[in-house]
Amino acid sequence: MRFELKPPPHALPTTSVPKVMRHVIYALAPAAFAHVWFFGWGICINALIATAAALGAEALMLRVRSRPVKPALLDGTATVTAVLLAFAIPPLAPWWVPVIGAVSAIVLAKHLYGGLGSNLFNPAMVGYAVLLISFPVEMTYWLPPRGAELGHSPVGAWDSLRFAVTGSLPQALAVDAVTQATPLDLVREGLTSMQTLAEVQAGPLFGGMGGRGWDWVNSLIAVGGLYLLFRGIIRWHIPVSMLAAIVVLAAVFHTIDASRFASASFHLFSGASLLGAFFIATDPVSAATTNRGRLIYGAGIGILVYAIRTWGGYPDGVAFAVLLMNATVPLLDRYTRPRIYGRPR
Amino acid sequence: MSTGTPIARGLLPERLIIPMDQQAGPAAVPVVEVGQRVRKGEMIGRPGGLRSAGVHASASGTIGAIREGPVPTVNGLTTSLCVHLQTDGRDEQAPSEGWPRERDARIDAICNAGIVGLGGAVFSTAEKLRDDAECDLLILNGAECEPYISCDDMLMREHPLEVVRGALAMMDLTGAESTVFAVERDKPDALRAVREAAAQLGDTRIEFARVPTVYPAGGERQLVELLTGREVPSGSYPPAAGCICQNVGTAFALDRFMRRGEPLTSRIVTVTGNGVAHPANVEVPIGTPIGDLIHFCGGYRGDVTRLILGGNMMGYALPGDDLPITKAGNCIVAAHADEIRESTGEWPCIRCGDCADVCPPRLLPQQLLRAATVRDFDQLDSLGLNDCIECGCCDIACPSQIALTERFRQAKQAWAVVSQRAAMADLATRRHRRKLARLAAQTEDIHRQQDDLIAAIGSEDSRAMIEAAVARASRRRGESDTAH
Ligand code: SF4
Ligand code: SF4
Repeated sequence: MRFELKPPPHALPTTSVPKVMRHVIYALAPAAFAHVWFFGWGICINALIATAAALGAEALMLRVRSRPVKPALLDGTATVTAVLLAFAIPPLAPWWVPVIGAVSAIVLAKHLYGGLGSNLFNPAMVGYAVLLISFPVEMTYWLPPRGAELGHSPVGAWDSLRFAVTGSLPQALAVDAVTQATPLDLVREGLTSMQTLAEVQAGPLFGGMGGRGWDWVNSLIAVGGLYLLFRGIIRWHIPVSMLAAIVVLAAVFHTIDASRFASASFHLFSGASLLGAFFIATDPVSAATTNRGRLIYGAGIGILVYAIRTWGGYPDGVAFAVLLMNATVPLLDRYTRPRIYGRPR
Repeated sequence: MSTGTPIARGLLPERLIIPMDQQAGPAAVPVVEVGQRVRKGEMIGRPGGLRSAGVHASASGTIGAIREGPVPTVNGLTTSLCVHLQTDGRDEQAPSEGWPRERDARIDAICNAGIVGLGGAVFSTAEKLRDDAECDLLILNGAECEPYISCDDMLMREHPLEVVRGALAMMDLTGAESTVFAVERDKPDALRAVREAAAQLGDTRIEFARVPTVYPAGGERQLVELLTGREVPSGSYPPAAGCICQNVGTAFALDRFMRRGEPLTSRIVTVTGNGVAHPANVEVPIGTPIGDLIHFCGGYRGDVTRLILGGNMMGYALPGDDLPITKAGNCIVAAHADEIRESTGEWPCIRCGDCADVCPPRLLPQQLLRAATVRDFDQLDSLGLNDCIECGCCDIACPSQIALTERFRQAKQAWAVVSQRAAMADLATRRHRRKLARLAAQTEDIHRQQDDLIAAIGSEDSRAMIEAAVARASRRRGESDTAH
């Protein structure tokens, strides 16, 4: 009998890149449902457009770089990037918004840096940053959540789709009439116009822990994040250190002056804190890889998020905080190596 | 899958191929001749030096041939001198020599009896016991080294008394202050058996420890850390951390030798995998061709694509089944294609760090991979390439399914070659420098002689000096003429 000669280990691998990506999508599903419930079908339309654009850009770039196309398209990484981007784009968006975001993410952030595994910056956040800087107005087309009585019916699936394709709403509805600022925007604007927090948060968009609707979406994001933790797809270090940094800072400042600084729970449950902590900062490629590095990286993002939200020029700071900390990763990886077994302490 | 039935016995193949190179140290030296009749347990190879061990006939019969052949050793497939033994089925035993009284004589006897570490490393047991300088702890390793392997489990369940007695003998020989007997959590039957055996023997010195069933907890370095919190320094063995590790199979072999005078002529082998009809633990005479062992277990079943010696984490694939079982052979896996890893392409490393999370010596395989790809040996050194125990954990955990372990093995080899070459270049440079220095000294010598000559010219005995110089020169010419 002759047998094949292959080096050990012979045991089957326990996981694969597509499997990891599939679980990330599963973990996002409950939050996506909540998003649809509160803000309409926009997120699904955006996700579909962004995915198509991301896969197209991926195929094109692989062709240009003469790499095999099919395995890369099937690995699910471009899809995850697109879906995460869709969570960051307002539900009411003309089609070219997700397209430009996804193409920037794949081409600029991913392939110009050498493709999967080589990118320094988080692709979804690069896509988002490009959109935020290039189309600041379009990026504010958030809709009021279901249940906030604002005197008109929510924008339906058809209307969202129509808006995505044509860029206008039926019955001569003005975009400004249906869109609404996000809770973080409102807090920011309110505070700059000398309102107290309590006054701002008495508005119809607020309720529960964060903004109305947002608290549900974010709670389900946290559930999805715990699922990823439980499945061993992400480690606790980054989410815990990032959220801890936000909570500690928010609690300290809230205690100092509750009329100017929002509470820790508001910071947790509005904006992208939880999405960032569980799904974006944990993107393996652009995050620190050692456990100590991860703690520093997560804490750095948390601090930056709070600082940008509170004193910076943008209502939410997750994207910029992540991108800034991405740049520190090579250093973190290098200087946080664990002590090797049997080497001097 | 192979612990349901008792250890199968009675395997006696017609022909045994007994390699001289079965232990970590030098190969044994044959002491028999072709055509000679031997009885079971008779020495056929004497220890070939320090850290070597004796090799014995595993059955009675006639020596058919002594020749070089392929042997699966711990370092992979190599060639070694093998004694081919035609068995006669009579199972005649060689008379036993008895257990000496003196410690040194006992240790020599253990060496001659061919007892080596049966966990898979086949390190000389005598040497380990002799070398007890600062060891205060004896660790009995009852944790299997690999997930598929169950031979130690079965041995503890079926022969607890022998194992514990062997352990006690080891304690006495080493003078270790304490002994910890480590058994994995998922082997309660084995633990109960050895505990009861210790109680029956009236022993209270052995401490039993349940260790988690996490591969590779059975690895010595990991076990030492788990039990004592000490670390074995990089590049050395457990004694550097004050510990001696002995496998339970070795303890069993020692007890057999002490009580019955039988040298090591068989071992328990786990035969498993979907490709074998009746997976089992088998007591196998050393030198049994693997094919005979498989046949004993009901033969192959289905399409066997890979035959693995050792477990499926660290074992290596064999080209064929005509190779013998050696003292290191703890497990044979006959695997179907669907239960083993097929290297079907890899994704790029996504830097998830899963590999680092599972790496027992706490290396960063992902950073090692990058350094290995560009052969940056300085970087590989500081990342601890040589501390990699090649356990394969990182491969299994890697979502990109990168063959990390194999890359590290190759990088280690490349590094060895590079450092050898560097050492050679260094030697050549030093030689060259020495030669230059010698030449310079010679030149200086000649210059001094010339100076003397010049100084002498004009003086009274200048003539005599010149004559002497001419004579010296012609003598030298004569020398070099004869030299040519
Ligand atoms: S094979 Fe080497 S690098 Fe990989 S987990 Fe084992 S020790 Fe670590
Ligand atoms: S497990 Fe594989 S993909 Fe993840 S960091 Fe290690 S080598 Fe890279």
